[in-house]
Amino acid sequence: METLIQGILLGGLYGLFALGLSLMFGVMRLTNTAHGDFIILGSFASLALVSSGLSPLQTLLVTLPLAWVLGYGLQRYVLNGTLGKDPLPSLVVTFGLSIVTQNFLLEIFSADPRAIESDGFNTLGFAISESISIGLLPMLILVLALLATFFLQWFFKNTHMGRAFRAVSDDPEIAELMGLNARQVYASATGLAFVLISISGTLQGMRTTVSPSDGPLLLLFAFESVIIGGMGSFWGTLAGAMLLGVAQQIGFRWDSGWGIWCGHMMFLIILIVRPQGLFPKTRD
Amino acid sequence: MDPILRTQSLEAFYGDAQALFGIDFELFAEELVAIIGANGAGKSTFLKCLTGLIKVPRRAIHWKGQAMGGLPTGDIVKSGLTMVPEGRRLFPSLTVEENLMMGANAQRKGAWNLARIYKLFPILKEKRALPSTSLSGGQQQMIAIGRALMSNPDVLLCDELSLGLAPIVIKEIYSAMPEITSEGMTVVIVEQDVAMAKLVSKRLYCFQEGRVSLQGDSHNLTNQEISHAYFGV
Repeated sequence: METLIQGILLGGLYGLFALGLSLMFGVMRLTNTAHGDFIILGSFASLALVSSGLSPLQTLLVTLPLAWVLGYGLQRYVLNGTLGKDPLPSLVVTFGLSIVTQNFLLEIFSADPRAIESDGFNTLGFAISESISIGLLPMLILVLALLATFFLQWFFKNTHMGRAFRAVSDDPEIAELMGLNARQVYASATGLAFVLISISGTLQGMRTTVSPSDGPLLLLFAFESVIIGGMGSFWGTLAGAMLLGVAQQIGFRWDSGWGIWCGHMMFLIILIVRPQGLFPKTRD
Repeated sequence: MDPILRTQSLEAFYGDAQALFGIDFELFAEELVAIIGANGAGKSTFLKCLTGLIKVPRRAIHWKGQAMGGLPTGDIVKSGLTMVPEGRRLFPSLTVEENLMMGANAQRKGAWNLARIYKLFPILKEKRALPSTSLSGGQQQMIAIGRALMSNPDVLLCDELSLGLAPIVIKEIYSAMPEITSEGMTVVIVEQDVAMAKLVSKRLYCFQEGRVSLQGDSHNLTNQEISHAYFGV
C-alpha cells in the first residue's frame, strides 16, 4: 500500500517531466533530446534566484515568463529549421543543445549536487495512518501534475490556440491554407512546453539534489512515460508516468539499487506486449 | 477589364523535375472557369503555385494587379484567394464544426459564416460535433468546401471535387455551386470529369503535360477538340 502511494506520488513528478515532451512531440513530431537538461536548467535558474533571496514559489514568477520566451525563441529561430520528413536533423540539434546546456551549467554551478532551499517545506508531511505518511511536497507535485494534465487537455479541446495546435499537427500545409502560421504555432507550443519544463525543474530541485549531468536520466523517465502512455494523449502520458513511478517504487522496496531497473523492465515489457502504448491517440 | 488573376509563363518544379512549362492563364472577376486534363497534367500543381504552397518567382503571378508569386500561403489566403485541396484534407483530430471554424482564421469579412454554411449543407449542422473523418466522402467534401468558404474568399479554387465520389454525390456537391457563386464569387474548378466541367463552367482551360493545350468558351468547344487537347492524340 505504501509502495503504491509513493509510486503514484513519484509518478506525478514524472508526469510533469513528460507532459512537455508529449506536447512537443504531439504538435510537431519533434523529439527534444535536450528535454531533461532543460529541466535541470530550470532547477538551477530557480536555485540561483533562491540564493538571491526569493522563495522557491516566487522564483516561478521570474522563471516561467523567461522559459516561455526561451522556448518560443528556440523553436522560432533554431528548431523550426530542423523540422521536416526526416527526424534526424532535429534529433542531432537537440542532442547538441543537451551537451551545450550540460556544460554551460557545469561551468557556472560546478558538478556538485545542490538542492533548492525551501525552509524545510520539503520535509513536511502528514500521516494518513499509523504507518503511512505523505510528504506535502510530493502531494503538491501530484496535484500540479493532475492540474497540468487537465489544463492541457482542456486547452487543446476548447481554445482557439488548442485547435490551432491540433490543426498544424494534423496537416501543416493545409493549416497554412487556413491562414495559420505553422512556425508561429510551433513556437507557441514549445513556449508552453518550456513553462512546464520550468515548473518541473523547480520542483525537482526542491525535492532532491540536482547536478548538471542529471538531465539525460530525467529525459529517459519522461520518454518512458510518454511511450508507456501512448503518443498523443496527455492523460495517457500521466498514466504512463504513474505506472513507471509505481514500478520503480516496487523495485526500490526490494533493494535500493533495483528501483530504476524495475522501471526500465516495465517499460520493456509494455514495449513488447503493447508497442503502441496503453492509450494511443496518434493518427497518421 | 483587367483580370483579377493572371499568370505569365508560369513554370514550376518539384526539385529538378519540371511540372509546369509556361502557363498563361487569366481569370476575370465573377466568372467560373474550369481546368481539365489527365492525371499528371499539372492541374493541382498549378493551384498549389497560386496558393503559395509551391514557390514560384514573384512576377509569374499577378493578383489584383500586384505581383504575388511565392508569397506565404497565409498572406495569400488573407488577401482573398483560397483553395479546396485535392483529397479534401480535413483535420482528422478536429470535429466538423472545428474544421469549419479553422477557415475563419483568415478573419475576412463577408457573407459566409457558420449559419450560412449550415444552410447550404444542412447535414453538416446535424453532424457538427462528430469527428470530421467519420462522415461519408461526399459530406467530407462539403466540409472542405465550407471550410474554404469560411474565409470569405474573392476567388475560390476547387481541386477535383469529384475525386472518389459516386456520380449522384458529385451532382449533389455541384448543385451547391449556384448558391456559392450567387454573390459574385469567382470560382476555378479543376476536374477530370470533362462533361461536368463543361456543364458548369463559362470558360475552360485544358492542360496537357504541364502546358495549356486548349482554351475557350466551354459551350463552343467541340468534344473532338477537347479529347484531342486532353489526350494529345
